[in-house]
Amino acid sequence: MSPASTSPSPGRDPLVAVDDLHVEFPTNRGVVRAVTGVSFSLGRGETVGIVGESGSGKSATALALLGLHRGSARVHGSVRLDGQELVGASDGLLRSVRGGRAGMIFQDPLSALHPHYRVGDQIIEAYRTHRGGSKRAARRRAVELLEMVRIPRADRRVDDYPHQFSGGMRQRIMIAMALSCRPDLLVADEPTTALDVTTQAEVLGLLRDLQAELGMAIVLITHDLGVVGEMADQVVVMYAGRVVEQASVESIFSEPGHPYTWGLLGSLVSLDRPRPDRLLAIPGQPPSLVNPPTGCAFHPRCPHAETVGAACQHEIPLLLGTGAGGGTGPGLGNGGGRRVACHLPVERRAELRPAGIGTTSEEVGS
Amino acid sequence: MAGFLLRRILGMLIVLLCLLAVTFIIFYVFPANPARDICGKGCTAATVASIDRQLGLNKPLWAQFGQYVSGIFTGRRFGQGSHLVACNFPCFGYSYQDNLPVSTLILQRLPVTASIAVGAAILWLAGGVTIGAVAALKKNTWVDRVVTATSLVGLALPVFLVAIVLLFLLTAKLGVLPDPSYTSIFVNPGAFFTGMIQPWIALAMVYAAVYARFTRAKLIEAMGEQYITTARAKGLRERRTVVHHGLRSAITPVITILGMDFGGLLGGAVIVETVYGLPGIGQLFLQAVDKVDIPVVTGCTLLAGFFVIAANLIVDLVYASLDPRVRLA
Repeated sequence: MSPASTSPSPGRDPLVAVDDLHVEFPTNRGVVRAVTGVSFSLGRGETVGIVGESGSGKSATALALLGLHRGSARVHGSVRLDGQELVGASDGLLRSVRGGRAGMIFQDPLSALHPHYRVGDQIIEAYRTHRGGSKRAARRRAVELLEMVRIPRADRRVDDYPHQFSGGMRQRIMIAMALSCRPDLLVADEPTTALDVTTQAEVLGLLRDLQAELGMAIVLITHDLGVVGEMADQVVVMYAGRVVEQASVESIFSEPGHPYTWGLLGSLVSLDRPRPDRLLAIPGQPPSLVNPPTGCAFHPRCPHAETVGAACQHEIPLLLGTGAGGGTGPGLGNGGGRRVACHLPVERRAELRPAGIGTTSEEVGS
Repeated sequence: MAGFLLRRILGMLIVLLCLLAVTFIIFYVFPANPARDICGKGCTAATVASIDRQLGLNKPLWAQFGQYVSGIFTGRRFGQGSHLVACNFPCFGYSYQDNLPVSTLILQRLPVTASIAVGAAILWLAGGVTIGAVAALKKNTWVDRVVTATSLVGLALPVFLVAIVLLFLLTAKLGVLPDPSYTSIFVNPGAFFTGMIQPWIALAMVYAAVYARFTRAKLIEAMGEQYITTARAKGLRERRTVVHHGLRSAITPVITILGMDFGGLLGGAVIVETVYGLPGIGQLFLQAVDKVDIPVVTGCTLLAGFFVIAANLIVDLVYASLDPRVRLA
């Protein structure tokens, strides 16, 4: 396995290449189209943030990356890890990837860890599944990993049970377990959502440090643009299972192109705006995935749908490059640059964008 | 932990004392006259009065109760003069019908009931959990539907019917098994198994159905947990995921009901013992009720109560050892 490169090479030989990914679940009420045509790619050491509300298909995308959909779920398209196709791959290959070349962590670390086993044993199990070796050696590795994620007195706490740790520590234990075999890719599904704010910063900081140290790529699923600003190089904004905007993190924050992204940015508390408008909500509810609205799925909630007219109700907008303002972020793939799926005329977007969102904003990632 | 045990055992004694008091009151209130039953035909008022005296039945209820309780710890004597009989510690009363202390009667029969209960429990636990696990993993397929339907039939079948059908088929028609009987496993293991297999199956059928349904529900619940996805995301084989992560959680509540059921069964498998004529606690109890042998009925009631409460305590201890989140306090 080649060592992680510190300078990612955009467009060329990405570590992860997702192309036209679809995930569907047949149900009694109809087919739920959880993910429709998601594509992105990222190189070693890079982070992509997948953002959206609940039900936008971001978690379904995360599970599909490791082939973790089961039962009646149908997955099409392509997920390549270092050139190796994972969609439709054999169980054996997928098992060797999961926990080996690609680790995963979840939203709620308390329910993601088995309550009946010691944390050390759970880490040892993950390690030995791929690397084998003696229990003693694996245990030493487990202590090392717990030290790596900054669990104090790791040599003793390795024998504790999950309920004996705080929420932040549990998530760090999950990270230790996911990284036990030094994966090239870490899929983090809402890793900080269940944690309180101070703990969130701690876990994100740890993830960033470990990424710098180990050179892994991170797919970060979140509904929180603040987390994205903190962590991501590029951003995929999802709505009703589709990508509505995809760009580098800088251009998402400086020149967001989609009204939904404006809404997401508006729902971050901003002191730049006068008081009643500091915290803005997107009106309405996320749409049904069985019967999504016709045309642009966002049109019932979009304040600008009338500006465009009938197209919003009848035509699904294509995800198109907007040319100017294309992000500087690496590895956007498929031509690079920023892409937006919206019927609004490109030249009118800047003018329609609510005041306080975009270029004047200070939330751009550190 | 020591404090927990001490408190639980103390609580257990109090519950048993209450049980004993209720049993006493019931027999006092009931229009039973044990002395008359004992002295039989040609009974005179004088004989009845003398038997009453011998048994201590002429004393007030609370005094009888006190005598009974103190007899458990110190032993006691029944009758007077040449009719004096000793009932040594721990004395749970004396059966005049059988002319033996109740504890002796119970100890004679306990191995039979214990053998029935242990064998049946092993059968239904192994069968029920396996069947339930298969149904859970094949959820909503024809396998699951067949298992669910069959277990419903198993639930609906009364034990006595299964027992009689087994007896008719296996012993009377096919002749593959001898008439069920109890032989000590230490004397003749072969005869022990062939003699006990029918009562085991008859009992296990109903329980296995219950356990299959319960295991199915619990395993489906466990397999939906996030930690199962974690296990798969670690790259574990599906088999290991199911057994080590799913079943490990699902089995805990199953063990709980196993303790309750097993404890209840030790108090006497009345129907099975009666159908197959096995000399266990259940049969002893039934005969004692029939003959109004009050000391035996009281002893059996206490024993059944003891097993149920003890099973509860053991379940709590086992549960705490299975689930590290449970703290005994």
